Amino acid sequence: MIGLFKVKEKQKEEAKSNNARGASGKKQSAGELRLHKDITELNLPKSCSISFPNGKNDLMNFEVTIKPDDGYYLGGRFVFTFQVSPVYPHEAPKVKCKTKVYHPNIDLEGNVCLNILREDWKPVLNINTVIYGLFHLFTEPNHEDPLNHDAAAVLRDNPKQFEINVKRAMSGGYVGQTSFPRCI
Amino acid sequence: MADLEAPQSKTRDLDKLLLRAGNLVGPDFYPGTELRDDMRDYVRILVVGAGGLGCELLKDLALSGFRNLDVIDMDRIEVTNLNRQFLFRLEDVGKPKAEVAAKRVMERVSGVEIVPHFSRIEDKELEFYNDFNIIALGLDSIEARRYINGVACGFLEYDEDDTPRRETIKPMVDGGTEGFKGHARVIVPGVTPCFECTIWLFPPQVKFPLCTLAETPRNAAHCIEYAHLIKWPEVHGGKSFDPDVPEHMKWVYDEAIKRAELFGIPGVTYSLTQGVVKNIIPAIASTNAIISAACALETLKIVSGCSKTLANYLTYNGGEGLHTKVTEFVRDQDCLVCGPGILIELDTSITLQKFIDMLEEHPKLLLSKASVKHGKDSLYMQAPPVLEEMHRPNLSKPLYDLMGRVQKDTVHVFGTALKNEEKQSSLTKLRVVFKGADGVTDMDTAIGA
Repeated sequence: MIGLFKVKEKQKEEAKSNNARGASGKKQSAGELRLHKDITELNLPKSCSISFPNGKNDLMNFEVTIKPDDGYYLGGRFVFTFQVSPVYPHEAPKVKCKTKVYHPNIDLEGNVCLNILREDWKPVLNINTVIYGLFHLFTEPNHEDPLNHDAAAVLRDNPKQFEINVKRAMSGGYVGQTSFPRCI
Repeated sequence: MADLEAPQSKTRDLDKLLLRAGNLVGPDFYPGTELRDDMRDYVRILVVGAGGLGCELLKDLALSGFRNLDVIDMDRIEVTNLNRQFLFRLEDVGKPKAEVAAKRVMERVSGVEIVPHFSRIEDKELEFYNDFNIIALGLDSIEARRYINGVACGFLEYDEDDTPRRETIKPMVDGGTEGFKGHARVIVPGVTPCFECTIWLFPPQVKFPLCTLAETPRNAAHCIEYAHLIKWPEVHGGKSFDPDVPEHMKWVYDEAIKRAELFGIPGVTYSLTQGVVKNIIPAIASTNAIISAACALETLKIVSGCSKTLANYLTYNGGEGLHTKVTEFVRDQDCLVCGPGILIELDTSITLQKFIDMLEEHPKLLLSKASVKHGKDSLYMQAPPVLEEMHRPNLSKPLYDLMGRVQKDTVHVFGTALKNEEKQSSLTKLRVVFKGADGVTDMDTAIGA
């Protein structure tokens, strides 16, 4: 290829100021492209909505609000933050729950235990599947994969009490020693 | 009586490759001293990374007759580097790797010029990368490789008949190592598969379920990840964990030990902690040397044509005995990064709305409800409603203006396409060329030397 390089070098010397602009300034990653596609193809249920706090130029960070229409959490409003990495879809989006919630699979720091966010993530999954997974956590909380073991134990042993605790937490009260902000 | 031999030429070995014809030479090979001298004078190579592979690459390339090298690395030297990054000494700990590496090689190989860059690869302008003829990669992450691949393939241009234009091809030689294993590959954009074409080769990362970490750890790695992912944010709130800060790592190690003791799990050590948190596999000098040698040799072959180049992916495994194999992977014609995409010629007056309508009629596309992205800017999104509204004002503007008034560039479109009578979601690359744009912007300075 050296013949080519020599010619190129000579051309560069001669034509320093000529500039037929071709290449664009900023590079987008293939991950961003795939994310854009996923976002335009979102097919969310009425109970879920998406917002972009940083505007249309930062689609890698957004928020999803879920209002469960069934089950223990009916009436509540829960906000999740999504952080998508440049190597998406090879890495799952990082999801945390911004709303403090009394839930067996969501701890008080906002960490969410959802299999497809970690060990079961596959590049063929997308934002839509993650949002459906989160929605499912509210309609069917699971005491078998607990991040909040107190909540899990109550759900398992005394579902009626669990229902009362959830309602109290959503209304902005105390469950045990922990206080929850109102989200209903 | 001692033989008075003339001192052997420094280029003795190289001359055997460059000054003689052969049976395995490449198609454009012209043996002779001019070739050797041109290599020295006209070829500029960028070495990305000045670590395990980078140090070896700089040495190998300098000794292979190249005189104009640049090296870029954002890190400083650490004590743990010294077992294999042989250009560094104990007193260099803390200094930028790129600068020390360049200095040391220049001391040992007379005539070579190495320009060090102590910076992140993302902080350099795209034109910086365009100055080089070949880019040799000694990186340690998928993300970094994807970035450079995107940059190099971004320079690639195609003719109207979808053939790559030779003078825009920027070859890369990529090496990687992990313990006793390694790979070396040649990436010629437009000819061989690029990094993105073969990204499916990577297996999914190992990630433990959060509830296992929180409730039922069974091994040392679980304890470490608990301390890293759950305990750290709990105790340190907003402060993000930095694996390169020894105090942070020590904190995680101490917490992991406590957790392991609680559950009676053996095996938590400081080096395992580093390994799990940073995904580190201990590095071995010989693997690095072997892979760098393969990469440097490929660079020499690509530049000079003195032998057929590797086609195109070499794997090496020295764990048990020695195994090496070369596989010829093929390009993905629809690759979003290196593929030709579909050529679209437009008038500078066309609005974004008209462009989107055109895509529906275009015989190769038949794309309805298209969303359009140009580099980092999204020009239009059909959904969700909140974004559609934010983008709507763009519809009435000329596409030429929205794209920054460049004569030609790449654009990605996605929507629903009709393929074989079926509606499918599609993401396609387009080469947009504006007719009537003469390539001179109003900001241009006066031409003249």
